[in-house]
Amino acid sequence: MAIRRISVVAGAVLLLAGCGGAKVGEAPSAAPGTGAAGSAAACGTLNLAINPWVGYEANAAVIAHVAEKNFGCTVVKKDLKEEVAWQGFGTGEVDAVVENWGHDDLKKKYVEEQKTAVELGPTGNQGVIGWYVAPWMAAKYPDITNWENLNKYADLFKTSESGDKGQLLDGDPSFVTNDEALVKNLKLDYKVVFAGSEAALITAFRESEKEQKPIIGYFYDPQWFLAELKLVKINLPAYTTGCDADPAKVACDYPLYELDKIVSKKFADSGSPAFTLIKNFSWTNDDQNLVAKYISEDKMTPADAAAKWAADNEAKIKAWLPTS
Amino acid sequence: MTTLSLTARVPARRYLLGAILAAWVLGHALLAGRDTLALGGAELTPLHEGANQAWDTVDDNRNSNPFFLYFFNYVRLILDESVRFVQALISQPSFGRPVPVLGWLGVVALAAAVTYIFGNIRVALLTVAGFVSFGLLGLWAESMDTLALTLTAVAYSLAVGIPLGIWAGLSGRFNRFVTPVLDFMQTMPTFVYLAPLTLFFLIGPASATIATMIYAIPPAIRITAHAIREVSPVTLEASASLGATAAQSLRQVRLPLARRTIVVGVNQTIMAALSMATIAALIDAPGLGKTVLKALQTLDIGAAFNAGLAIVIMAVVLDRATTAASRRVETRRRTGREISAFFRRVEVGGALGIAAVLGYLSYTYVWAAEFPAGADLGSYVRRAADAASLWVQDSLSGFTDALKNVITYGLLNPFESLLAGSPWWLVFAVGVSIAALVGGLRAAITAAVGLAALIGLGLWQDSMVTLASTLVATILVLALGVATGVWIGRSDRADAVLRPVLDAGQTMPAFVYLVPILGLFGPTRFTAIIAAVVFAAPVAIKLVAEGIRGVPPATVEAARSAGSSSWQLIGKVRLPMARASVALAANQGLIYVLSMVVVGGLVGAGALGYDVVAGFSQHQLRGKGLAAGLAIVVLGIVLDRVTRAAQVRTVRLGVIKED
Repeated sequence: MAIRRISVVAGAVLLLAGCGGAKVGEAPSAAPGTGAAGSAAACGTLNLAINPWVGYEANAAVIAHVAEKNFGCTVVKKDLKEEVAWQGFGTGEVDAVVENWGHDDLKKKYVEEQKTAVELGPTGNQGVIGWYVAPWMAAKYPDITNWENLNKYADLFKTSESGDKGQLLDGDPSFVTNDEALVKNLKLDYKVVFAGSEAALITAFRESEKEQKPIIGYFYDPQWFLAELKLVKINLPAYTTGCDADPAKVACDYPLYELDKIVSKKFADSGSPAFTLIKNFSWTNDDQNLVAKYISEDKMTPADAAAKWAADNEAKIKAWLPTS
Repeated sequence: MTTLSLTARVPARRYLLGAILAAWVLGHALLAGRDTLALGGAELTPLHEGANQAWDTVDDNRNSNPFFLYFFNYVRLILDESVRFVQALISQPSFGRPVPVLGWLGVVALAAAVTYIFGNIRVALLTVAGFVSFGLLGLWAESMDTLALTLTAVAYSLAVGIPLGIWAGLSGRFNRFVTPVLDFMQTMPTFVYLAPLTLFFLIGPASATIATMIYAIPPAIRITAHAIREVSPVTLEASASLGATAAQSLRQVRLPLARRTIVVGVNQTIMAALSMATIAALIDAPGLGKTVLKALQTLDIGAAFNAGLAIVIMAVVLDRATTAASRRVETRRRTGREISAFFRRVEVGGALGIAAVLGYLSYTYVWAAEFPAGADLGSYVRRAADAASLWVQDSLSGFTDALKNVITYGLLNPFESLLAGSPWWLVFAVGVSIAALVGGLRAAITAAVGLAALIGLGLWQDSMVTLASTLVATILVLALGVATGVWIGRSDRADAVLRPVLDAGQTMPAFVYLVPILGLFGPTRFTAIIAAVVFAAPVAIKLVAEGIRGVPPATVEAARSAGSSSWQLIGKVRLPMARASVALAANQGLIYVLSMVVVGGLVGAGALGYDVVAGFSQHQLRGKGLAAGLAIVVLGIVLDRVTRAAQVRTVRLGVIKED
């Protein structure tokens, strides 16, 4: 026993004497906490839902950056799918969703019925949903972008999944699609195949361009991948108000989505300066694609990407701040 | 007598089976496309809409219902606080400090001390290497978050699971009641209950812990019950005759004898908990899973692999540590005290003493608290993984297309068209008769009830499409399992080389390798099958290898001296004698394949897997997603019961024939 104790103590003394170094709490890292404490009282905590796509992350990163820097908010980012994030409005776990694609059913439930959420106007980004082909296809078959010619090319798109019909690759499951109805009502010789995830769609389009493999599929803009490969949209019969009212009889293109912001009722009534910031927040598709590119291609952290964009765009940020 | 009647019945059964299959093919040729009960991607049945409404009702009454206020809320509070406490100790800045209580040096030292005390010096060294590698990969904080969540979930799983397991081990009635519930918990896809969990327990560690526990408790209960039941009746009788009460014989006979197997249960619980790390990240569970999902958004294979590698390392370390602990229990039981009490006390005291000193250092000094950022292997791993995946995609894609087409056109499409393209009543009749032939009356009843349930759920055709892919994947798993299992069962060197690869296949989150295999095979059903094979084959291989190794060497020697060639030895001696293991491998392979149905839905499998994923993502499809989850459970239970009944029959048949 004695020997053990001596050896342990000796070891400890050696270690302590030999190493030393900076002590926890002495480091300058304590400074920002104390510095922001004064204004933090006004803002407190901002709970931002982070929906799982890069464009959303870009919006959230810039808002978080400004909220932290200008109002000293403590921003808590929560990684959630849309459906779960909206549930969080009611439970008080989520203050804001900063890029919402349509979701009229969720609006009906949480804004109109439960009254736990409030719409806060557009982000300035326009969402486009539709059918796309890789650029090489549009170059080789220029008339493919008109839907009326799609049947002519159906043979090109046959795969092991679609049998004797052309394959229409569908399905990031997060987005509403009318594609099965569209194929039927436009009498197209195609079969909808569910790719099942954004990763699957992007990989398919990448392969399509690299291997000159014909692929036609569902995609959307803004999306970081379009900066890598400029997909070409197929023109379906133009959208008119109400043409998609009956999901079974849809025979027209998808509407343009005014992407917007949703916040919880509680947050809206809190008088937080971050509320005004989110309310005023608005930027263009180009702005978002730039920050998304910093994150996805340049592999910057969202915080660094936001800081970089903010440094280059002080005038835009100024317009979002409360006028006082 | 029995031998005679059985040998007479075997060919008859085979002919009958052939006749049924022929009738099916004929029926399909005549009636293809009729009564297939197809349901489009966005179409709902009244049942699905009803489920939507039920969901809304729960959501609306959450704040007024006393059950919520006084039960769920307390459960949530306790779980949240537990996870946060462990995080404060090892992973998150806490108690007003910019770093956790224990820095990296302290955690490494403590982990090494614990594994040394309960295991041995080799495992302790492995633990040190593993934990240091988390830091070297640049993922220290994320790894500790995952560890904190996993350990908390495991602690609660064991606290609930072991007592229930003991009960199930003692009471046959409770065991019969709990088994289907456990089946349900293990086969129900997590995606289905993830969103409802956040309704009950809000977004945060509590929901993630419960999602993990639902999957991790069943092995704890099952294996504990098994361990208690295995205790030899002779020993129990002896203790009873010495006048021990039931409680005494439980505490002093059953539990000590069952201890080694219970530690195996702990091991399986930890593995199950860790396998939930990625999926729980979908509801904001902290840790490595988040890193994987974020990387997937930008298809950053390198970053996803890096984080996946950390999960694999954690799984290997925890697996080897608990295995070593169970071996230690075993050797101590066999040999009595292995070392003197004094030496043991010195050993334990020394290990804890060193850990305490290092822990204090990591509490006090920055260098021991924060892992040095300079030593970054992560960027090399990321780049290497990127390069490897690019190389695979570039150089293999011609070959992979051919492979995909052979399997799809040769096996999958005909099979799927038989199952999903025939009228439902024909498939129903065929399914029930096959179950009756291979498994007997009870299997037939299970099949009939299950198939009827699929119709009731409104997802008959999707279920049949999924069933076709599942069966094809299982055939591939079994082929791979027998080929590789025989190989590593005969060669220790092959075993040493392949075992880490198998472990990685089982624990690497599927999300990591989805992107490369998508690049190779495109979004197709075949990609989903490959993902399932990667996950399920290791189990089948390990089980077959175990069976091959269990064949008595004397038998093999006898056959060899009688002039059998190597191939004859395998085909005529080893495999037949390992028949029970091969049947078990088929059964487990099937269940593992089924647990990948949802992941398959993410890469082009469509059908039930896609229904579940879409239900998790789209508000109006959540009722359908729930129904699809139930359909997967039904498929799992039917396939499990029928294959098990068949397995019992083949084994019984084999035993009688060998007589």
